[in-house]
Parts: sequence; structure tokens; C-alpha cells
Amino acid sequence: MRIPCPCCGSRDRREFTYYGAAVFLDRPAPDAGLEAWDGYLHLRDNPAGVTRDLWYHDPCAAWIEVERDTLTHRILSTHLVEDAAAALRAARPEAQP
Amino acid sequence: MADLKPTVPLAGLNEAIGRARLAALDPGRVTSVAPWPGRNVDAALAPLGLHFPPPGTVIAAQGARIAWAGRQLAFLIGAEPPAALAGVAALTDQSDGWVWVHLSGADASAVLARLTPLDLRPSAFAVGTVARTVINHMQALILRGAEDGFEIAVFASMAGTLHHELTEAMRLVAARARI
Repeated sequence: MRIPCPCCGSRDRREFTYYGAAVFLDRPAPDAGLEAWDGYLHLRDNPAGVTRDLWYHDPCAAWIEVERDTLTHRILSTHLVEDAAAALRAARPEAQP
Repeated sequence: MADLKPTVPLAGLNEAIGRARLAALDPGRVTSVAPWPGRNVDAALAPLGLHFPPPGTVIAAQGARIAWAGRQLAFLIGAEPPAALAGVAALTDQSDGWVWVHLSGADASAVLARLTPLDLRPSAFAVGTVARTVINHMQALILRGAEDGFEIAVFASMAGTLHHELTEAMRLVAARARI
């Protein structure tokens, strides 16, 4: 498996560390209620198909959001979490990082 | 007080096995340059004839070099950082923090290929560029000075392991050539 790092280009999976689902980026507001927080912390989809998750490229120290297909192992897109978080903040100004 | 002599890890190393040679390398002063968020360091680097390198690139001028070394991070090699740089970037002296070796010879790529998942073909890792990657379990910075010449840097505490891994790979490549 190879993952295209936005900094370094296509690299071997051994250079990466898996973190978890990309929903970690979408943190609920502090007063969003127990259900939202329970879902954020514990509930994960396990899709047969397109999924988004977070990887760390150890050598260059970049957090990357990877969109990939669990059926075909195809990587559909990758981008820096820095950019994804900025987009999220722009979309939801009330949510703090 | 005892008179302590400064030295570098792997000082004096110069080992040829098969068609590869591993030698100690003193890159001179090495400073990591991490620009503060939103700040541009190009003006501060201009007195050295340098600017902040895009990913994978090495810029050289007047004996100094600056090599990309990670996301928003570069290593200034062989020069004192200009004073103006301190205002726009986090500077850390890495001279003693990393150990450098030079791997050369016709089998240098073959040796390195045993240790790193990096694509070492010149079409993917061009001469004059730099890559952050791993050498087995060690985080590494590799500068390709020539098609068969690599400057390799890892954390200084791993100097012994780096030496062991590289010479072992050199022995194996040489042994295979004899078959």
C-alpha cells in the first residue's frame, strides 16, 4: 500500500502511522450534549467502500486526511489535516479547534 | 578541569565493503529553521543567497546549504543563521543532535534499498534533492549529492545503529555480488 503524502509524494505505508477515523476533526461543541459526545468518542462507521481517516507521515511530521476505498484499497485523495481543519473552522466558526 | 576534546559520533569512519564506501561526514553548523506560522523567512535568508526550500529541495549558495527537512522545517547547513532569522522562525542548533555519514560507490543505491522503503530510482529521487524517510526504524534525512552518493543523517544517539545497519547491508550486497 502506498499513500501520497502532500509534502513528499507517493510513499510506502511503513512510513505512516494510522490514527483513526477523520471524524476526529469534527469535534462537537462543549455543550453539544451527551449523545453527540458519545458518538464522537465511541461510535465509528465501518464502511465497505469509501472511508476517510487520519494518518501521520512520520518522516516529515505531517498529519494527513486520507480518503480511500476499503473494497479496492485505492487511495482517492489526500490532503494536510492543517487545511482540512482550516476549512472546518471556516464552515463552523463557533467550533474551537 | 579536564581538557575535553570535541569530537563527532563515528569520527574517522571510512569503510569500504564491496562496491560501497561509508565515511564520516562533518556538515558543519546545522540549524533547524521552522518559520513561525504565517511568517516568511526568505528576506532573512537572503544575505546567505538562500530562500526557504519547497518540499524535497536543497538550495546551495556560497558554501552554505538549506535543505527541506519536514513539513515547514528546513536545515540550514554549513552557515551561522543570520540574526534576522531569529525573529521569524524557531531556530534550534542541530549540529550535535544528528550524525551524518556519506554513502558512496556503485552499490550505494543497492545498499540503501535494503534499509529504506524510499524509491531510490533517479527518476523518483533525483540527484540534488532531499527526502525525509526511514532507515529501518530510524527517522532519517537523505540528501542525494550524486547518483551513487548519499548524505545520510539520523539522530546522533542512533549513530551506532546506523553504522551497524549500513555496514551489514554493505556486507550482504557485497556477498550477493560474489555469488
